[in-house]
Amino acid sequence: MRIRSSQYFGAKIIILVCLTVVLFFGSFLVGRYPIPPKTVVGIILSKFIHIPQTWDATLETVVLQVRLPRIALGILVGGALSVSGASYQTLFKNPMVSPDILGVSAGAGFGAALAMIHNATWWEIQTSAFIFGLMAVLAAYLIAYVFGKQTITVLILAGIVVSSLFQSLLSIVKTLADTENALPSITFWLMGGLGKGANKDVLFLLPAMFLSLLLIFLYRNQINALAAGEDEATTMGVNVPLVKMIVVGSSTLMTVCAVSICGIIGWVGMVVPHIARMLTGANYSKLVAASFFIGGAFLLVIDNIIRGVEGVELPLGVLTALVGTPVFVLLLSRVKKGWS
Amino acid sequence: MLEVRDVSFYYRPDRPILRDISLELRSGDILCLLGPNGTGKTTLLRCILSLNKIKGGSIALEGQELSKVSAKKRAEMMAYVPQASSVTFPYEAGEIVLMGRVAHLALGSRPTEKDRRRAEEAMDKLEISHLSRYQFNEMSGGEKQMVLVARAVAQQARILIMDEPTANLDYCNQVKMLKVIKVLAEQGYAILMTSHFPDHAFLACSKAVLMRDGVIMAQGMPEEVVTTENLTALYSTPVCVAEAKLDSKDTVTKVCIPVMNN
Repeated sequence: MRIRSSQYFGAKIIILVCLTVVLFFGSFLVGRYPIPPKTVVGIILSKFIHIPQTWDATLETVVLQVRLPRIALGILVGGALSVSGASYQTLFKNPMVSPDILGVSAGAGFGAALAMIHNATWWEIQTSAFIFGLMAVLAAYLIAYVFGKQTITVLILAGIVVSSLFQSLLSIVKTLADTENALPSITFWLMGGLGKGANKDVLFLLPAMFLSLLLIFLYRNQINALAAGEDEATTMGVNVPLVKMIVVGSSTLMTVCAVSICGIIGWVGMVVPHIARMLTGANYSKLVAASFFIGGAFLLVIDNIIRGVEGVELPLGVLTALVGTPVFVLLLSRVKKGWS
Repeated sequence: MLEVRDVSFYYRPDRPILRDISLELRSGDILCLLGPNGTGKTTLLRCILSLNKIKGGSIALEGQELSKVSAKKRAEMMAYVPQASSVTFPYEAGEIVLMGRVAHLALGSRPTEKDRRRAEEAMDKLEISHLSRYQFNEMSGGEKQMVLVARAVAQQARILIMDEPTANLDYCNQVKMLKVIKVLAEQGYAILMTSHFPDHAFLACSKAVLMRDGVIMAQGMPEEVVTTENLTALYSTPVCVAEAKLDSKDTVTKVCIPVMNN
């Protein structure tokens, strides 16, 4: 019997949550230092209850200062990008849209590069990426607001134009960058990676994500109605300008935080919503929950591959596309119907 | 229920689209809006639905000025049935109908058992319950149109604004749709529909409004308004309104036929 994509939503979500939890704990075992599961459990539990310390202090540092932030970031960043992608695809009624459609990544990339050629600290680079990422989206939104009567086509166009503007600026910065230090850093940053993430980055990402996800959760039925188009949603009683602002605002906040910590990670935001849609159907209120967990699990698995491969640290943004492409092709061959 | 008084609309002041449009819609009415392409029928619907802001006159819903009613309240009084199109993503028909409940949901809460029941009742009413799990995009034009009517019924508004509900449908589906519209009107809905088939005014409607170049040429009972002279002027091509004998018992209906003289 074929299970329909819109059935058994509760069970599917429970399975996804369990999978994510298992992956979360399992990921502590991956890495250069082999750490037995018992020790990992002991180290984590010792933070909550009193347990006699039987392990080396180095292991505690590896687990809590290196692996924990990286694993947490994998789930949060993957989830953030996927939820943003799912939201934009529903809002823009376009399956080819990704979270950086309004220029977040291009702006953040330029901001990070600009900071890097000035020998900035890691924290300054993050801040600069954050600010320019926000500026890019704000510019796109303002252009659409002032000249396009807020129509969605103009908003996407404005995003693409702003993206290409910041990409040109980024190219200029790259041309000027010192080829010994700055240029390689810029190049690696643009390929993304969770390796530089620390616990304080997680603490920075958490409140932004909590706020964004809360807003999206509260308005999920209204966003779902927008899939029928702005005019029809209006006649169904949806405050379209408000909901549009909530989608763009929340998605931008999550994406810009993720990008400024991890660099540019492609594909997740576009591919994962499609995988989620195969599981839950098109209904946004279901899609968005599934997207979060699938995206988190997907990015975590990819990062585990990176951590598991000895000798070389492959860039995350590259590996997501490497895995993402076959998945996307598979998807196109499976889901021929339903799109038009 | 719906009162449109001296409404005017333009995108540029020197090119008016609607001028001094007045009409009234009461419970049980089926008002058929006829007119050639590009005459402002859809614009008038958009003004009534508050998708376009009127430049003059007033529109009142249940006695309340339309511009002073929130989108949510408006949706509880008036629903829109667009022309069947497609959605980008693979929604099921039942999910589309359930969308009509969005105005009734409290912020952040999911559709309750009551909402689901209302959506099911709406589909039962239109006899499309068996299509609930079908993909909307894979449905025929007639089925899609029924789903969109069901969504409007699930919205529980008493006024239905329908944009060419019979466009692109074959005879069987046209008749089905007109029957549905009649049944809804008998249950107290007020229906405003546009059409390119003047015959439908005779088949189903209680009022006809002829509109040309943004003004109302004539309005009233279909028998009085939909005449050879009026239609010929309306469409600027000869149209003949004739009587047709339907069966041996001499049941007569009026039909409209465009005449081609070379």
